[in-house]
Amino acid sequence: MHNDVPSAARPSSTGGHQSSTVDRRPTRRRTGRLVPAPLVIPAALALAFLVLPLVGLLVRAPWPTLPQRLAESEVLEALRLSLVAATLATAVCLVLGVPLAWLLARVDFPGRRLVRALVTVPLVLPPVVGGLALLLLLGRRGLIGQWLYEWFGITIPFTTTAVVIAEAFVAMPFLVIAVEGALRGADDRYEEAAATLGASRWTTFRRVTLPLVAPGIAAGSVLCWARALGEFGATITFAGNFPGRTQTMPLSVYLLLETDPPAAIVLSLVLLAVSIAILVTLRDKWIGSPA
Amino acid sequence: MTTADRQESGGTDRGLRAHLVVERPAFRLDIHLSVAPGEVVALLGPNGAGKTTALRALAGLTPLTDGRIDLAGTCLDDAADTFVPPERRGVGVVFQDYLLFPHLTALENVAFGPRCRGASRVEARATAQEWLERVGLGELAGRRPRQLSGGQAQRVALARALALQPALLLLDEPLAALDARTRLDTRADLHRHLADHPGPTLVVTHDPLDAFVLADRLVIIEDGTTVQEGDAATVTARPRTDYVARLVGLNLYRGRGDGHTITLSNAMTLATADTVHGDAFVAFPPAAVALYLNPPEGSPRNTWPATVTGVTRHGDNIRVQLTGGPGAASADITPAAASTLRLEPGQRLWAAVKATETRAYPAS
Repeated sequence: MHNDVPSAARPSSTGGHQSSTVDRRPTRRRTGRLVPAPLVIPAALALAFLVLPLVGLLVRAPWPTLPQRLAESEVLEALRLSLVAATLATAVCLVLGVPLAWLLARVDFPGRRLVRALVTVPLVLPPVVGGLALLLLLGRRGLIGQWLYEWFGITIPFTTTAVVIAEAFVAMPFLVIAVEGALRGADDRYEEAAATLGASRWTTFRRVTLPLVAPGIAAGSVLCWARALGEFGATITFAGNFPGRTQTMPLSVYLLLETDPPAAIVLSLVLLAVSIAILVTLRDKWIGSPA
Repeated sequence: MTTADRQESGGTDRGLRAHLVVERPAFRLDIHLSVAPGEVVALLGPNGAGKTTALRALAGLTPLTDGRIDLAGTCLDDAADTFVPPERRGVGVVFQDYLLFPHLTALENVAFGPRCRGASRVEARATAQEWLERVGLGELAGRRPRQLSGGQAQRVALARALALQPALLLLDEPLAALDARTRLDTRADLHRHLADHPGPTLVVTHDPLDAFVLADRLVIIEDGTTVQEGDAATVTARPRTDYVARLVGLNLYRGRGDGHTITLSNAMTLATADTVHGDAFVAFPPAAVALYLNPPEGSPRNTWPATVTGVTRHGDNIRVQLTGGPGAASADITPAAASTLRLEPGQRLWAAVKATETRAYPAS
């Protein structure tokens, strides 16, 4: 990383060799401005700190046995459950979260600031606390759960449904915030134009607003899905750890670490691959040029 | 309903009668508007005069603070109990930058209104195709807005508003987004379509040429109030504010008339061929101002020493901005005349205007 400093400064010294490069010197000189060491060194350390653990994961992976380990039924089961639960949780977040985002972005109701603050609580709340809270609400003796059990015989905790609920609880803020941002960024005069053409607010939402913010909704969904896929704390608290029913990939990783560390690494690699795939999907949205 | 509101009900019931009051911090719009069916009225004014606010109030996008809007015999907004939302007003709007829905084709954009009004998909598309053909864009029905030129987008926006058969048609700076060449064609085109529209039409613009070409009558507003109203001939002949005078290219001063003499507030007197008494305006075109290096003698009745503040080309002539005498004034002189005067800012000259070239009219 330290090499950047001299290499960036180099063009200005080599630029004089050929007359054809002379008039490009001013722009090259600007990019070659010296970057102060007190900024470069911590920056390089930060990058190393973020990247090296992943390198460790790649180095220690049991590459020769990887294919057969991936094919193990336990791994496949966890993978399948994770994908299904994260997708269902994302669907729940879309159905409930997009209307909430619309309300926050478009309707000036009393207490809107409070609602927005409440929506972000699961973002900062430790997931274990979220899981416990869900248990107290939906558990067999919980506020709502006792009635569900008494009237319908429904028990939610420690089921796949509980996994979906836990993941949706933790991931919903990501979707709501992304979609609300997209709605605020969208030109609401299109909605005014739709109104003058006779469209009700519902028609306007369906036929104008949704198509206009579709890219924002897509980005929010991917983010939401990624968060749901990686969910651990709330899931293990609220849904427990039953293979095939509630044991998602992050839970398997944690448990296999005790019994079969190479298998834990394999599962981690899968999760890493998924994360990178998501990053690639969203590259234009977030890591494209900031301008 | 105030007495003033009632007096505006001169037009038939199919028209628009409105007393628009919209208050915002540091701004108040308060104007009366009435537009008869088939009539095109231009709301003309400088930026920030409240033109767009008036349009938004009529469309239902901004509620009235006070006043009342009646359209075709129905109250749309009385600033109290009644407020008809935009989607139920039947007011068609052509927005300044058109606001065509980017994800829909031209045809789908035009079909949007009929569809919202309950037409079936097939009916709505047939209506839309018909309107696109009327504005001469039948072949471009499948294009998306970004594939249309500015002039084409403007016509799609017009077709979209007209496809509703609106009880009132509003156009916000309909030609402002176009380049000069397209503007000329589109203006003529638009004039034809507006003339065909059976309902009342209001065009908001800051361009006097658009207003003169498109409208039967002008309502000129400044700082949220109406300063002048009338047909183009009246407004151009008798401007009542500096803004209007500039729009129509006249020098305008206000003073007290005493027969053929008007005394301005700076004590300067101007002689005029017209007869006025009391508070009065006096106006004359820049071409009526002659410039001399030395005090002129003979027929011109009004002369004053003036200082050049600016020199610009104006068509085939030279426009000279002056201070002194009655106040700021413009003079148009030929390049030949200019060459004898050595014009440059700060140059001191004599200006002269014949009494017969001035027009004087009462201010109140």
